[in-house]
Amino acid sequence: MATEFEIKPYPELWASLDMDVPRFDKARLMLGEAYAKTYLSQTKRPVGMAYFDNMVAEIHGGRIQELLAAKAEGRPVIGTFCVYIPEEIVLAAGGICVGLCGGSQGSVPDAEKILPRNICPMVKSAFGFKAGRICPYFQAVDFVYGETTCDAKKKTWELLDTMVPTYVMEIPQLKRQRDLDLWLAEVKDFKTKVEEVAGKTITETDLAAAVKIMNNKRKALQRLNSLRHHNPAPISGKDGLLIEQIAFYDEPVRFTGKVNALCDELEERIKAGVAVPTKNAIRVMVAGTPMALPNWKIHNLVEGAGAVIVNEESCIGTRYFKDLIDENATTMDNMLVALTDRYKEIDCSCFTPNDERITQVIKEFRDSHAQGIINYSLQFCHTYNIEEIRIRQACEREKIPYLFIESDYSAEDVGQLQTRIEAFLEQIGE
Amino acid sequence: MYIGVDLGSRTVKMAVWDGERLVEHRIEPSGFEPHRQAEKMIADYRAKVVVATGYGRHLAAEHFADAVITEIKAHACGIFHEFPGCATIVDVGGQDSKVISLDAAGRVSNFQMNDKCAAGTGRFLEIMAASLAYTLEEFGAAALATDREVQINSMCTVFAESEVISMKNRGIAREEIARAVHSSVADRLAGMLARLGHGEVVAFSGGVARNPCMVELLEKRLPRVRVRVPELPDITGALGAALHGAGM
Repeated sequence: MATEFEIKPYPELWASLDMDVPRFDKARLMLGEAYAKTYLSQTKRPVGMAYFDNMVAEIHGGRIQELLAAKAEGRPVIGTFCVYIPEEIVLAAGGICVGLCGGSQGSVPDAEKILPRNICPMVKSAFGFKAGRICPYFQAVDFVYGETTCDAKKKTWELLDTMVPTYVMEIPQLKRQRDLDLWLAEVKDFKTKVEEVAGKTITETDLAAAVKIMNNKRKALQRLNSLRHHNPAPISGKDGLLIEQIAFYDEPVRFTGKVNALCDELEERIKAGVAVPTKNAIRVMVAGTPMALPNWKIHNLVEGAGAVIVNEESCIGTRYFKDLIDENATTMDNMLVALTDRYKEIDCSCFTPNDERITQVIKEFRDSHAQGIINYSLQFCHTYNIEEIRIRQACEREKIPYLFIESDYSAEDVGQLQTRIEAFLEQIGE
Repeated sequence: MYIGVDLGSRTVKMAVWDGERLVEHRIEPSGFEPHRQAEKMIADYRAKVVVATGYGRHLAAEHFADAVITEIKAHACGIFHEFPGCATIVDVGGQDSKVISLDAAGRVSNFQMNDKCAAGTGRFLEIMAASLAYTLEEFGAAALATDREVQINSMCTVFAESEVISMKNRGIAREEIARAVHSSVADRLAGMLARLGHGEVVAFSGGVARNPCMVELLEKRLPRVRVRVPELPDITGALGAALHGAGM
C-alpha cells in the first residue's frame, strides 16, 4: 500500500491558479512520501481511515476543484488561520471556509527572504506558501481573514495583504464585558464583509442551519476524542491528529458523516478489544500550539517509540471542538451573541489571565486517561512558551509526568527530541 | 559479563561489568560509523547482555545490541550506583547537557535537556578552546589560573565564537576569555538546576566533568551543595547501561 500511495497531480489546475508548478510538483512527491512513511506504515488502522487517506491524496486537486466550483457559483471562499474566525457566518452565506497552509518547513525559506527569521514557524511557513505560490488554497481563496492573536501574525497581515486581500478581526486579549462587546462588533463586521462578497444577506434561517452544521461537526470530533480516551486506544494518535487537521479543509457535512462512520467502527473495535498499538502502550496527551498539516513531528516520535497519543489540547485539537453554540437563540442579534459566547470559551494563551486553560489541560489529562503530558510550543510563540510555566507548575502540583518541547518544523532537532521523548516514556514506564 | 556501550556524538564508551565490579572500560572516537566502532570494542568480550545508549543506540540495536536505554536513564543508573542516594545529576556530553532528578530508588523523576543548539555542551567548549588556540586540558587549567573575569553574553556557539574573536582583538588576556567561556557554561547549568530543583549533592558526569574549572565554577554557583565527580565521568552512561543489563 505504501508504494501505491501518491498525492494526485493536477498540473493544469495549478497552472490556472498561477502556481509555481514544477516546484509544487516536487513538494507534492515529498509530501506523498512522508505521508506513506508516517501513516501507511502503521498497522491496525481502522478501515474508515481510507476516506481520510483519500482526502490527503486529493489535498491539492479534488478539494481545490470543489472550491473553484463554489466560486464559479458566486459562493465566497475564505482562508483563515485561527479557530476564532466564525466559520458559521461563512457557511450561512453559502461560502466555504478553509484553514490555510502553514505547517511545513518547505516554504520557510521563501518567507525568510522577506520576514525576520526569529519569528513563529507557522507564520513564516504560511507567508512563504503565498510568496512562493506553492499552496493551491492560498491561490484559490477570495480573501484571507486574519486576527490579532499574536504579534507575528498581526504584523505579517500587512505584508500578506500586498499578495492577497487580507482583512483582520480584532480579537481582544482580556474577557471583560467591554472586550466582549468589541468582539461582538468585530463579528458583525465580519458578517457584513462576508455578505458583501457573497452578494447576499444572511437570514436567521441561514445562520441557524450553519450553526447546526458546525455543532454537528464539533460533536463528531468530540465523539472521536472520547473514543480515543478509551483504554486501550482503538486508533493511533497520528490518525486522530490527521482527522483534526483535515477538519480545516474538508466539506463540513461530508466530513462529519465520515468521522461518525469511523466512530461507529471504533466502537466495534473497543467491543472487540482492539488495542493500538498494543494493550499496554504508554498513553500520552499533547497540549499546546497547533500542529498544522503536515506537522506530525511529535506524534511520529512518540508513537515511533511505542506509545500512543490520546488527546491534543490544541487549536488543531480540542480547542476547535470542545464548545458548542447554543441553538436556542432566535433573532439575529441573539444568535450572534450566542455565537460570540461560544467563541470566547476558546482558551488561547493570547488571553490574560487564562486560568481556564490550566484547568482545561488537567481536565483533559484526567478524561483521556493519559499517563503524562507533553507540552509543545512552536519556537518564538511567546504566549504559549510563557504559559508553559503555569502548565508545568500545575503538573508538578498534580504529580503528572511532564515534558516541555519547544520546536519548529525543521528536522535538525529530531535526534535530541527522540532522546527526550524516549527518556520521558522510560520515566513514565518505571 | 554485562556490557554497556554509549554511542555518543563525539566518542564511543564501553563498560564491562562482571556482576560485581567494573572490570574494563574503553573510550574511542565515534568515527563515521559509530556502531562498527562499538562492535569492534566489544568483540573481545563474551557478553551475556549488551545494552546500548547514546545517540547511536538504535543503530546499535539494529546491528548487535540486545536492548537500548536513553542516556538519561543510563546516567541515572551509573550515578546511583556510584553515589547511592544522590538525587541530582548534571551531565555534560559532546552534543548536549542535561540535568536529571532521581527519586529515592534512583529512578528518573524529571529531567531537562538543552534544545537543538550546542550551547552549554562539550562541543561548545571545544570550539571555544580551539578559537583561543588551547588544547582542552590547557583550556580548563588556564581558566582556573585566573580569577579575573570578562563577560560572554552569547550562548550560541556561532555568536559566542565571534564574541571571543572580538575580545581577542580588543587585547583581552587569553585566560580571562577562557574563564569567561567556562563561566557562561556554568551559568547555564546552574540555571537548568534552578529550574528543575536539586538536592544537596549534585553529581557531575560526562566528559566535561573532567575539566576542573567547570567543576569549581559550578560548585561556586551552588551554595551549600557538594558537587561530586565520579572517578571515570565519561563512562557513566556506559556503566549505567551495563548495570541495567545486569538488572541493577
